[in-house]
Amino acid sequence: MIKIVKYILLDILRNKIVLAYTLFLLAISFTVFSLEDSVQKGLLSLLNLILFIVPLVSIIFSTIYIYNSSEFIELLLSQPIKRRSIWLSLFIGLASALSISFLIGAGIPVMLYCTSATGLMMVLMGVLISIIFVSIAMLATVKTRDKAKGIGIAIMLWLYFSLVFDGLVLFLLFQFADYPLEKPMIAITALNPLDLGRIMILLKMDVSALMGYTGAIFKDFFGTQKGFVVSIFIMLLWICLPLFYSLRKFNRKDL
Amino acid sequence: MKAIILILCSCFCLSAIAQCTTIHVGKLQAVSTITDGVMKAGNNDTIIVEQGTYHEKNLVIAKPVVLLGINHPVLDGEHKYEPVSIKADGVVFDGFKVCNSAISSIVDYGGIKIYNRRYVTISNNILEDCFFGIYSQNCLGCIIKGNKLIARQAQEQQSGNGIHCWKCDSMQIIANTITGHRDGIYFEFVTNSIIWRNISTKNMRYGLHFMFSNSDTYAANVFENNGAGVAVMFSHHVKMFHNYFKENWGDAAYGILLKEISDSYIDGNKFEKNTSGIFIEGASRIEMYNNSFKDNGWGLKIQASCMDIVLKNNNFIGNTFDVGTNGSLVLNTFTHNYWDKYEGYDLNRNKTGDVPYRPVSMFSMVVEKNPPAMILFRSLITVLMDKSEKVIPSLTPENLRDDHPLMKPLQL
Repeated sequence: MIKIVKYILLDILRNKIVLAYTLFLLAISFTVFSLEDSVQKGLLSLLNLILFIVPLVSIIFSTIYIYNSSEFIELLLSQPIKRRSIWLSLFIGLASALSISFLIGAGIPVMLYCTSATGLMMVLMGVLISIIFVSIAMLATVKTRDKAKGIGIAIMLWLYFSLVFDGLVLFLLFQFADYPLEKPMIAITALNPLDLGRIMILLKMDVSALMGYTGAIFKDFFGTQKGFVVSIFIMLLWICLPLFYSLRKFNRKDL
Repeated sequence: MKAIILILCSCFCLSAIAQCTTIHVGKLQAVSTITDGVMKAGNNDTIIVEQGTYHEKNLVIAKPVVLLGINHPVLDGEHKYEPVSIKADGVVFDGFKVCNSAISSIVDYGGIKIYNRRYVTISNNILEDCFFGIYSQNCLGCIIKGNKLIARQAQEQQSGNGIHCWKCDSMQIIANTITGHRDGIYFEFVTNSIIWRNISTKNMRYGLHFMFSNSDTYAANVFENNGAGVAVMFSHHVKMFHNYFKENWGDAAYGILLKEISDSYIDGNKFEKNTSGIFIEGASRIEMYNNSFKDNGWGLKIQASCMDIVLKNNNFIGNTFDVGTNGSLVLNTFTHNYWDKYEGYDLNRNKTGDVPYRPVSMFSMVVEKNPPAMILFRSLITVLMDKSEKVIPSLTPENLRDDHPLMKPLQL
């Protein structure tokens, strides 16, 4: 299995897209920190990067990579190797490549300019979000055989998590404005890893505003040690569940 | 002849001085209790109290005397009595440690209480675990200076105010430190007074509570981490200069809450890390110059019920929302402020931006209407909404804008 992971990692590095992604992240992070007059504003721009570009690149790159290596997968399957280890090594290869490039691309500038709790939380959330979207991409690819359709699904999923979901939440909030929605809102955020990551970062960044009445409820939940552990656990679930389902599907798939 | 008059005069003077005696009170002195000392003393005498603990029950000072404590002698109220009651004009009470006053919900027991008197000075005392700290009712021209007040009650009902002034005039509250009381400093019906260089932190309710008190000034005070910040209500001609409002957190906590205030000045203050820097309601004719709003949730919450409020030359840096409001009516003026969120340009190089800045964001209006929406803050959809709102304002008040936003922050 380690051999396959090594091979996949080398293959990903050789195809240079991940390298370009790393350089792109590095360039953006450095510009953002040196252009803005305060570190806080730099972090804010970086937050948009994490919520927008990181999931997009993760999901699209992983989808395309898996479709392109379908022949390689078939070749491996003809060898006496378990399907499980092939699929997991694919995941590990993709997830580690993308997290490493995020760590280099955004982690290094954050460490250089702003080694605060906010910065560290941002790097942690960025890595988790990268991995989560690799896992979601694997579920999307295993569902359909058609490459165009698969990539379409991946884009739709990204759009859903980054835009449509929040729109729905806003709609619900105004439809049910007469009801106390603070606590259900905490549960609803668990349904979107991007929201969860964003709130974890906000608790470090906009703590003054979040201490308002409803904010205090979020702070009481997410801001505590227990809330932090629960949030990380939910994000890990977001990695494991799609991966687990895709693995089950892959095991039974007729290739 | 002249020489004889001079000698006679100096004799008179000397005898006048000699009439004021100094009485020493202490364990090893002839007089061992302060009550005895006060009884033996004549008007304008000095009583020097040596170190030690004194159980005087309720010490009543009904003569104009000077009481000086050496190394903070302790006056213990044993949770049953009011330790010190001052019932004479011109008393000086300096350098004591007063602790454990009685607690009651019927009588306002103070650590040191001044009853209807003039020109009393309370200075350099330490007050620990008193119900009310220094209480003055119906007083004139008193000085409360350099005292340190600490209370440790857990409940608001069990605790009184640190420095409490009711129906007073020309008071000077200077350089006191107040912690753990209900309100740090409380003013009701107090006029022409000054609150200067005090530090009021971690009080249960307000750092400073100000009601029906006109023509007062508070300057260079620090209000930090109080339950609900500072409240200034129903007063006019109040001047607030160079105060520091910091870390007042909670939905009902404000750096300053201004309610029904008119003809006042807010100048050179610093608001840092509060949920709301200033909350203004029903106020009119207030001038706010040279204030700095930094890292607050809301820099300024200004309700539509305010009018003729002028904000000029203020810095707004790192606030989550610069300005929040609840309606579309704007009768106030915003001009020449620095806003770090301003994205305009300055083509004619006059140091002010060429396009107006609208400090109220769409999302702050959404949160005002529907507080749980805060959970969507900084998500992609709200960023898009804010951007589109900037191009075509629909929800945000059109007239709430700074026509001359500064390009560089002011040195404040």
